[in-house]
Amino acid sequence: MSIRSMMDSIAPHFEKGGKLEALYPAFEAIDTALYTPGHVTHRASHVRDGLDLKRIMMTVWLCAFIPGLVGAYFVGLQANQAMAELGMTSADNWRAIFLDVLISYDATSAWDNLVHGLAYFLPLYVVVFAAGIAFEIWFASKRGHEVNEGFFVTSILFTLTLPPGTPLWMAALGIIFGVVIGKEVFGGTGKNFLNPALTGRAFLYFAYPAQMSGDAVWVAVDGFTRATSLGTAALGEGYGVEWWDAFIGNIPGSLGETSTLAIMIAAVILMASRIASWRIILGCVIGLFIGSALFTLIGSDTNPMFAIPPEWHLVLGGFAFGAVFMATDPVSAAMTNRGRLVYGILIGLMCMLIRVVNPAFPEGMMLAILFGNLFAPLIDHFVVQSNIKRRLARG
Amino acid sequence: MLEHYLGIFVTAVFVENMALAFFLGMCTFIAISKKISTAFGLGVAVVVVLAITVPVNNLIYNYLLKDGALAWAGLPDVDLSFLSFLSYIGVIAAMVQILEMFLDRFVPVLYNALGVFLPLITVNCAILGASLWMAERDYTFVESTVFGLGAGVGWALAITALAGVREKLKYSDVPEGLRGLGITFISVGLMSLCFMSFGGIDI
Repeated sequence: MSIRSMMDSIAPHFEKGGKLEALYPAFEAIDTALYTPGHVTHRASHVRDGLDLKRIMMTVWLCAFIPGLVGAYFVGLQANQAMAELGMTSADNWRAIFLDVLISYDATSAWDNLVHGLAYFLPLYVVVFAAGIAFEIWFASKRGHEVNEGFFVTSILFTLTLPPGTPLWMAALGIIFGVVIGKEVFGGTGKNFLNPALTGRAFLYFAYPAQMSGDAVWVAVDGFTRATSLGTAALGEGYGVEWWDAFIGNIPGSLGETSTLAIMIAAVILMASRIASWRIILGCVIGLFIGSALFTLIGSDTNPMFAIPPEWHLVLGGFAFGAVFMATDPVSAAMTNRGRLVYGILIGLMCMLIRVVNPAFPEGMMLAILFGNLFAPLIDHFVVQSNIKRRLARG
Repeated sequence: MLEHYLGIFVTAVFVENMALAFFLGMCTFIAISKKISTAFGLGVAVVVVLAITVPVNNLIYNYLLKDGALAWAGLPDVDLSFLSFLSYIGVIAAMVQILEMFLDRFVPVLYNALGVFLPLITVNCAILGASLWMAERDYTFVESTVFGLGAGVGWALAITALAGVREKLKYSDVPEGLRGLGITFISVGLMSLCFMSFGGIDI
């Protein structure tokens, strides 16, 4: 019996009047995740491309695994190195149960690094996905809309912004906040004004600062502290790594944000398939260059962040990840082409401003994007108004 | 010196945003933020009122009300600071009255759109709040002008952004119980989460 005929045979239970009607959104979600939706538009439609919402979301989802897996590898590498440094021979948490069997915590073995990193990445992702989808389905069945593929993207992006050792319950809490307050109260995918993944992340950041920032959370070994490069740079102690290391991703940081190289590969795929707007990404980079040039020009005797050159800003912290995956979220970004460029530049500038000027946050990309989201509707409004004015003048 | 004034201005606009960091002036903030053009108009009105009342109140405070302020009139022991609330509100009310007549005469569209909320600027907590802060922080005349202007610009920025968000949310499908004010409060909360990026900046 094929999966298709199995799905068809249980379908009547979920349809109107069936016993499990309340679970229809869950059934529908599984069905359309496995197969192309059976419902098609009856009248003349406006489709110009085979790239529908489902395929867009799935492409972003798959692309997010590139920095995710590379990030997981480096999480494992740093954890193994830290364990060697501390003289530990076994992980000191529940992961040891299967890690001890699979690997020998050898930092020179690619296999050991990858598996050790995945032991942090996969549980986080599974918990985030399960917690988020449960609330998504709950809202969908109560409110009678469908579970959207958008959640696949939200869940992976949220996971990739977390420090590797984040407690699982905390990750669940964050994604639930993001899904419910950031998205579902506005009516679901496409109706919100802030990026739900970042809303959840910002909520965690302000609710549990001890687990979301500081020096102890970036390497997944308890009791081992290593500051992020932006953290050490803010103290004037240099970056602690070579530029190339930072570029390929061998720096402490959140799960998916570390490898600028992997993010660039994903960015090329996303821009070539015209899913991510190149204007937004370009805008962010322009904003970054203007911002850092401006601060270098002003200069400061007391704050070493003023002097960080743009190529370092580009590879450190969450800038690349945010610019490619978060700022380009089509729902919360500006919708007009000129607006997108302005929106990107605003984010780049804000990121520089928060990183350099605000001593409370060495990293600023998350808050910069949320700030950009806030002003995106306004930017669009002014672009539209100026278009109207120009066309009226043209007669 | 310029740097110092710039610092006060930026702090007033972003770090100590009247609406999103201190939740002052909420009644008008929520009520008049349905359309961008109206919200922008009200924002400008608040900027004008703040930029004039705060320095005027500063003069009143420094030369009439403060402990020993009347020394120039030969009364060094008189402390009239218990009259400060009364005189601040008086100045604000007079200022708003003038602004109202001005708008009625020259910008009737905005005057009609703002309706009762234009005279209500008088009791907008953001405006009295700015005057009280000015007194508490002992700003000089120039400082209080810059501060008043900055506080107004920050508030105007916040209400215009909220109006933009609310225009976008017109197409949302909000659960029944949250429609209207409920979702607006949630939006304002999320907006102030975004403005927390400025918390901790010390200029």
